[in-house]
Amino acid sequence: MTLLSVRNLDVTFDVRPPGAWPWTPSRKLQAVHDVSFDIAAGETLGIVGESGSGKSTLARAVVGTIRATGGEVLWEGEDLRGLSETARQRRRRDIQMVFQDPLAALNPRMTVGDIIAEPLITHVRGLSKAVVRDRVEAGMERVGLLANQLNRYPHEFSGGQCQRIGIARALILEPKLLICDEPVSALDVSVQAQVVNLLARLQDEMGLSMIFIAHDLSVVKHVSDRILVLYLGREMEEGPADGLVRNPAHPYTRALISAAPIPDPKIERNRTGHILEGELPSPMAPPSGCVFRTRCPVVRASCAEGLPGDMDVAPGHTARCPFGDTRPAA
Amino acid sequence: MALLEIDDLNVMFETGDGTVHAVNGVSLNVDSGQSLAIVGESGSGKSQTAFAVLGLLARNGGAEGSVRFDGTELLGLTEAELNKVRANQISMIFQDPMTSLNPYMRVSDQMTEVLRLHRALSRRDAVLEAVRLLDAVKIPDAKSRVHMYPHEFSGGMRQRVMIAMSLLCRPRLLIADEPTTALDVTVQAQIMALLREVQAEFGTAIILITHDLGIVAGASEETVVLYGGRIMESGPTDQIFAAPSHPYTLGLLEAVPRLDRDDLELRAIPGDPPNMLKIPPGCPFSPRCRMAAERCSIERPPLERHAEGRLRACHRAGGDVAREVA
Repeated sequence: MTLLSVRNLDVTFDVRPPGAWPWTPSRKLQAVHDVSFDIAAGETLGIVGESGSGKSTLARAVVGTIRATGGEVLWEGEDLRGLSETARQRRRRDIQMVFQDPLAALNPRMTVGDIIAEPLITHVRGLSKAVVRDRVEAGMERVGLLANQLNRYPHEFSGGQCQRIGIARALILEPKLLICDEPVSALDVSVQAQVVNLLARLQDEMGLSMIFIAHDLSVVKHVSDRILVLYLGREMEEGPADGLVRNPAHPYTRALISAAPIPDPKIERNRTGHILEGELPSPMAPPSGCVFRTRCPVVRASCAEGLPGDMDVAPGHTARCPFGDTRPAA
Repeated sequence: MALLEIDDLNVMFETGDGTVHAVNGVSLNVDSGQSLAIVGESGSGKSQTAFAVLGLLARNGGAEGSVRFDGTELLGLTEAELNKVRANQISMIFQDPMTSLNPYMRVSDQMTEVLRLHRALSRRDAVLEAVRLLDAVKIPDAKSRVHMYPHEFSGGMRQRVMIAMSLLCRPRLLIADEPTTALDVTVQAQIMALLREVQAEFGTAIILITHDLGIVAGASEETVVLYGGRIMESGPTDQIFAAPSHPYTLGLLEAVPRLDRDDLELRAIPGDPPNMLKIPPGCPFSPRCRMAAERCSIERPPLERHAEGRLRACHRAGGDVAREVA
């Protein structure tokens, strides 16, 4: 069953150039444009893209901390944006978030127990102290923390443990959807795998759906059922994780795959993939037509006219590039 | 004779909580034109090793042992003597290019300052040379962009500017400390390709300091794996990846997901990177090692040669680790 359905989502920011006069009209920055996806119960959607691709903005628009300027966010078939504040708050229990910098996401002056209990106390009125404490302790054990460390402060924990605290806090309300925004990129290599495995186990146990946002395609492929590739706020390709990595149809996806380093000298040395030139263009002035065309290795004159629509690659696998098959050696 | 010879280097810091031994008995050689990678997590001592070479340790830090560059001992040199080496022989690039460039100075002024001081070029020649190097690192329209300020460049371009600056005096050794960690993957691929070109074109030896095994695989001939300030193993990169001889190297390789494989579960290394104030008397990795025996936490394994060009520090037989690989 479809849990979350995002339809043609737009997020536009009003931006004032630094030092502008108060009466200068602000300019529009389209951070997310026309993005659609569905998430079924128990499914993980990975969102990849470079910095500035709009992946975090997209996540925040889904949670509702940023107001979407267009499109729909349907939660179990119901548009979240039309709901009253109280109804929306009830919905918010079902969607929780885990952030990138684990230490920055925790209040340094609160004990770990209080941090984890906070969403519970906010959303569920009238729980006795003993009940809250029991739930917090169970939550800590679930993520591999010792329940007797409940009275400690965040700075007494390592980065990996802080991320576990963040996950325990996100799960205390037993949400249906967990949005993880770069949950492992601030962690040491040896600790990343612990957190990735923990998320996978919790998902199994609790039947969670997940949105997993990261810039590292290898990690995203490992955890996700489906992958959405974003570039400058636009969808480039979407499909099943294995199919998309094995059989990428969009030149940008192919570039991301050939840029992801593989820890094997034999493979790395014999790589022939195209290295993408240049960097992300300014989102204030995105290229006309296909936004990727300024860096695209297979660009044609027609790419400047009109955004390409979804092309079917395989069942459930679409790419927004009409020249998906004209591939140079990947 | 190797270009850089580090012999039994120790780095320690005096802190309020006691002495922190950040680097312990590290020895390594880099030949002219060679590339060597130092791999490690936070607290492995990889950056402090480089800082000790260049005399850049924090004020409460000290280095013991020997660092010889082209036969000259670097430890104990005065600042003035070190400055000559640092400019003309060894240069360094850092993780975050924005914090290494002076935001108040045009790139042209920052680059020509070095050239005029160290190579005694005239202002005009210095600008020409700066443009030539910006061209070499593929900054488009270098002639006009040389007069811009650092904030006018993107992250990847800033790192290119840093690389161009580090090449101004034709150093024989370039130390790159996590040069791509702050960059996007596609830009990371560009910068790593650029470093390979620099090595080939200028014959510069490169020490690459990183936590990312994927980068190491494509970039270096030799690899040194550090943990808790000690060398766990070292040797030719190909061999270390094909047949890791230390449980830590094996653990690192198993912990990262690979795009070319469908692994169901990652084999994580338990625990956290070491607290440098509380290193066990034995092997620093022993508290997290799945193959650790009782003696591992008490008795420190010596760094020993076990094959041509390969060193390892582990009490377990190399064959035990090899069996784990299979």
